[in-house]
Amino acid sequence: MIDFGYTLSKSGTLKIENLDDSRFKALHKLEPDAYKCINCGSCTASCSAGVFTELSLRKILLSLQRGDEKDYINQLQSCMLCGKCMLVCPRGINTRHLILSISKIYNTVDR
Amino acid sequence: MRERFLVGFDPFVLPFLLGMAFVLTYCIIGLIKVILQLSKADRRKLAVSLFKPANAWKNLRDMFCDCLIHVKLWKRNPKLGYMHSSIAFGWFMLIVFGHIETFIFVPKKAGLFYYPIFFRYFMEMENYNLRGSFFFFIMDFFLLVVLSGIVLAMYKRIRSRFFGMRRTTRLSITDRVGLYSLWAIFPLRWIAEGFTAGIAGGSFMTIPINLLLKNFMSNPENITVAWWLYSIALGTFMFALPFSRYMHIPAEILLIPMKNAGLKVYHPRKGFSLAQIYTCPSCGVCIDACPMSASRQNLKDTTVYLVRQIKRNNARRMNAMTDKCLMCGKCQEVCQIALQSYDIRMRIRERATYNVGLKYDYLDSYQPETGKCKVLYYAGCMSSLTPVTGRSIKKLLDTARINWTQMDAGGGVCCGRPLILAGRRNEAAALIEKNTAVIESSGAQILLVSCAICYRVFKEEYKLKGIKVMHYTEYFNELMEEGRLKLNRGELRYAYHDPCDLGRGCGIYDEPREALSRVGIIAPAEKERAMSVCCGGSVGSLTLDFESRAPITEASVQNMLFSNPDRIVTACPLCLKTFALYSPVKVVDFAEALCDGLEKKS
Repeated sequence: MIDFGYTLSKSGTLKIENLDDSRFKALHKLEPDAYKCINCGSCTASCSAGVFTELSLRKILLSLQRGDEKDYINQLQSCMLCGKCMLVCPRGINTRHLILSISKIYNTVDR
Repeated sequence: MRERFLVGFDPFVLPFLLGMAFVLTYCIIGLIKVILQLSKADRRKLAVSLFKPANAWKNLRDMFCDCLIHVKLWKRNPKLGYMHSSIAFGWFMLIVFGHIETFIFVPKKAGLFYYPIFFRYFMEMENYNLRGSFFFFIMDFFLLVVLSGIVLAMYKRIRSRFFGMRRTTRLSITDRVGLYSLWAIFPLRWIAEGFTAGIAGGSFMTIPINLLLKNFMSNPENITVAWWLYSIALGTFMFALPFSRYMHIPAEILLIPMKNAGLKVYHPRKGFSLAQIYTCPSCGVCIDACPMSASRQNLKDTTVYLVRQIKRNNARRMNAMTDKCLMCGKCQEVCQIALQSYDIRMRIRERATYNVGLKYDYLDSYQPETGKCKVLYYAGCMSSLTPVTGRSIKKLLDTARINWTQMDAGGGVCCGRPLILAGRRNEAAALIEKNTAVIESSGAQILLVSCAICYRVFKEEYKLKGIKVMHYTEYFNELMEEGRLKLNRGELRYAYHDPCDLGRGCGIYDEPREALSRVGIIAPAEKERAMSVCCGGSVGSLTLDFESRAPITEASVQNMLFSNPDRIVTACPLCLKTFALYSPVKVVDFAEALCDGLEKKS
């Protein structure tokens, strides 16, 4: 292929018929705040662990909503549960419990 | 005094005897179970403390004051105290004097369990003498004392506010059986003794009712019925006792020596905590105290109900209730038996699994430049969200010309308490280790902390060699006492909020107040010091969401506004952020309030 100096990025389209959101629904049942997120990224910006690692709660939640858990979920392992994200969240999401609930349902132990 | 029957037995004593045998068997098995569940070291500790004279004396004193007199309840509310001690102490004295009577008049029957209880049925007075009448009087007197307590107890069911309690516990079915049979025991005893008062003799309580219905009362057939009823009430109470809250009566006798031996809770429902759980009398004092009781929906999650679920071993409810709790520790502060609910909840949380694989190997890269300094300031995660705290501390430290550095200026590692509160104690060890290494390498003498949450974990979990951990309220107060920090006194009225982890957690109440009184006037809150109300923002609660926290914070703010302050002052960044959402007056950090004193008077 000829190098034009740019590439086409992979399509971000989700095929709704392939989307498996059963686990996200289970998460929503455990922590009703799961759907409240507006992806503003305040949590990520203020994150204590984010200073040292790639941890981004925004990305994790977004990927889970899209039924794609593989890419980001292991980031949760670096969370210190300090609760800063909870204080800055404009939607008042109980992020600490959200993180624990994600771990409970998606199992972040052996990733 | 003469025995009325040669046999000295009547079938009506059977319900009581069976009940008594049941309770004794249950208690002995329970005692063995609890002792076996203790670790070897704990068992030794308990045995040693039992034989230490000072401790033995303390045990006896505590048993008398707590089990019989209910000193703590008297301090809380005299009416409540009288109600409980009249029943407990009155009943105890009835039993004691019953035994003394038996020993004096029929020593050969002293071995029979039921004799002292049904003494009036089996004995009669030949001729009135002073010794006999003394016992008649004393028994009637204590019966009156108990009956007065029962009347108050009935009134408490209708109007608990009269006793200073807004809410009382909703009783379970077995609790109700126990309660109603307890209420029945003493009136029935009074009536039964009234029936025999014509034959056996009596005093100011029993003789009048005998005279009232002379013919009916002197009928021997009616007499036995009355005594049967009394014995059945006793038996019912005894059979209900192990499954109801009245288990606290025998359990407290075990709990007191265990507590004085300094045992620790290691499992939510084994050993020491099992003894505590059975000692909970479900009085419900913790319901009013709990900050969550600001909204009705959370009432059922207070400590008294948690204890009930632990008794029933209902794991699902136990976990849900524990995860909801703010861990402010107030229920423990008001508890009559000082139930260590905080520790029990921590053990439950530590057992919960979240499948969360926390790994902190990335911390190796964290090497902050602390340089060499005398005072090392650790802001912590929360203080970095309230920059005003850092700015004010900088101002104050620079004014006092202190050689200091901030440890986590460019982002630091969490102190570990939020992890511990989530039950992840083992994972928190990595953070504690990292922070300890950084702090010790700085060569500082004082670690200054501006967050109550961090302060508690530094005090409890960290072992920092040669470094004094100081909360900024302590430190600035000390600087002012030494005259190194001079502030001007203004006219502002400050209401100081005791953060849970700083006050109840670490016992720091006076230093912040002393310091604040140097820059302004202290406006007391309605409930303060150990009784202070949690702001509702606590990281202790895992499941309480933003909306459910609102009524808690609003109630707490109202508590602070009690004497119309100009400012609400708090010494915890989390309380600061939480209060600021709902407070009509300005909420300031402790350091910010001190900075008011830096301004020159015009």
